[in-house]
Amino acid sequence: MSGAHLWVVLVVTSVFCLAIKILGHVVPERWFASARLQRINALIPVCLLSALVVAQGLVSKTHVVIDHRVAGLGAAFAALLARAPFPVVVVAAAVTSAVVFHLH
Amino acid sequence: MFQVPRATVRDALSVALTVGAYGVAFGAAGVAAGFSVLQTCLFSLVTFTGASQFAAVGVVASGGAPLAAVGAATLLGTRNALYGLQMAPLLRVRGVRRLVAAHLTIDESTGVALSQAPRGVAAMRAGFWLTGAGVYLFWNIFTLAGALGARALGDPASWGLDAAVPAAFLGLLWPRLETNFLRGVAVVAVAFALAVTTWLPAGLPIIATTMVAVVFGWRAR
Repeated sequence: MSGAHLWVVLVVTSVFCLAIKILGHVVPERWFASARLQRINALIPVCLLSALVVAQGLVSKTHVVIDHRVAGLGAAFAALLARAPFPVVVVAAAVTSAVVFHLH
Repeated sequence: MFQVPRATVRDALSVALTVGAYGVAFGAAGVAAGFSVLQTCLFSLVTFTGASQFAAVGVVASGGAPLAAVGAATLLGTRNALYGLQMAPLLRVRGVRRLVAAHLTIDESTGVALSQAPRGVAAMRAGFWLTGAGVYLFWNIFTLAGALGARALGDPASWGLDAAVPAAFLGLLWPRLETNFLRGVAVVAVAFALAVTTWLPAGLPIIATTMVAVVFGWRAR
């Protein structure tokens, strides 16, 4: 992605995310009263975060690939099962992935 | 004058410090995706909603189009509007203070504010402001540290940074999987994202996964 595109992503993301926050503080509550809308909205983070794990850990461009990152994700999964705090999860993934990367 | 309960201050600061420390992961992810240290820091200063920031740089890192990056980040940010709906009648502020309140309306400030309900409205307000301001401070300091650190390290794969980012997403996802229903939704979302990866442009599978939320949220259960 070119330098200009990076700025576009930064500026537009920031404007939209801030606008959403302000919207919540100024609009009447009934605009969001639909139970269906609230149910769907509550599920969006789970779906998007799941997809982001896939896109970042198992995909290269538009192909599913199994590489050193999967080892890192496995370590993160194990750390989470062991109730490790967030920094430990991330570091465990990074160290495991880096070790596998250098072994190849 | 109202005395802020010690327990409220403790809750707010412990959340602010732990969550703020995630900023290191974001700073590193931003630089690894190709953003400059300045751009990465601007994300934390101006966007200031962690999951959306990770999504934007994550889509860029995976080769997605700018529209896909902005779309994923914006969809993840929609929940902040619902938090605002709950916080506005509690805080009752106007003008610049309302704008600041809106900017500080995130998972953590809303969560701590709601958790202070047994201690009264004033404690809820204090919880919101202390947590929001605390996370803002630490999140930005740690973003800068992570960005500078990643720039000094060089090749992201060599240091495992390319695995740290999906691990961070997994860490953000994990506490949300409270019920079997939510775990089921996550499994379907993973399967769906894998299935559409080969025939959608990079970045779009992430946005397409919101269809899973629509399907599972359509009917009350």
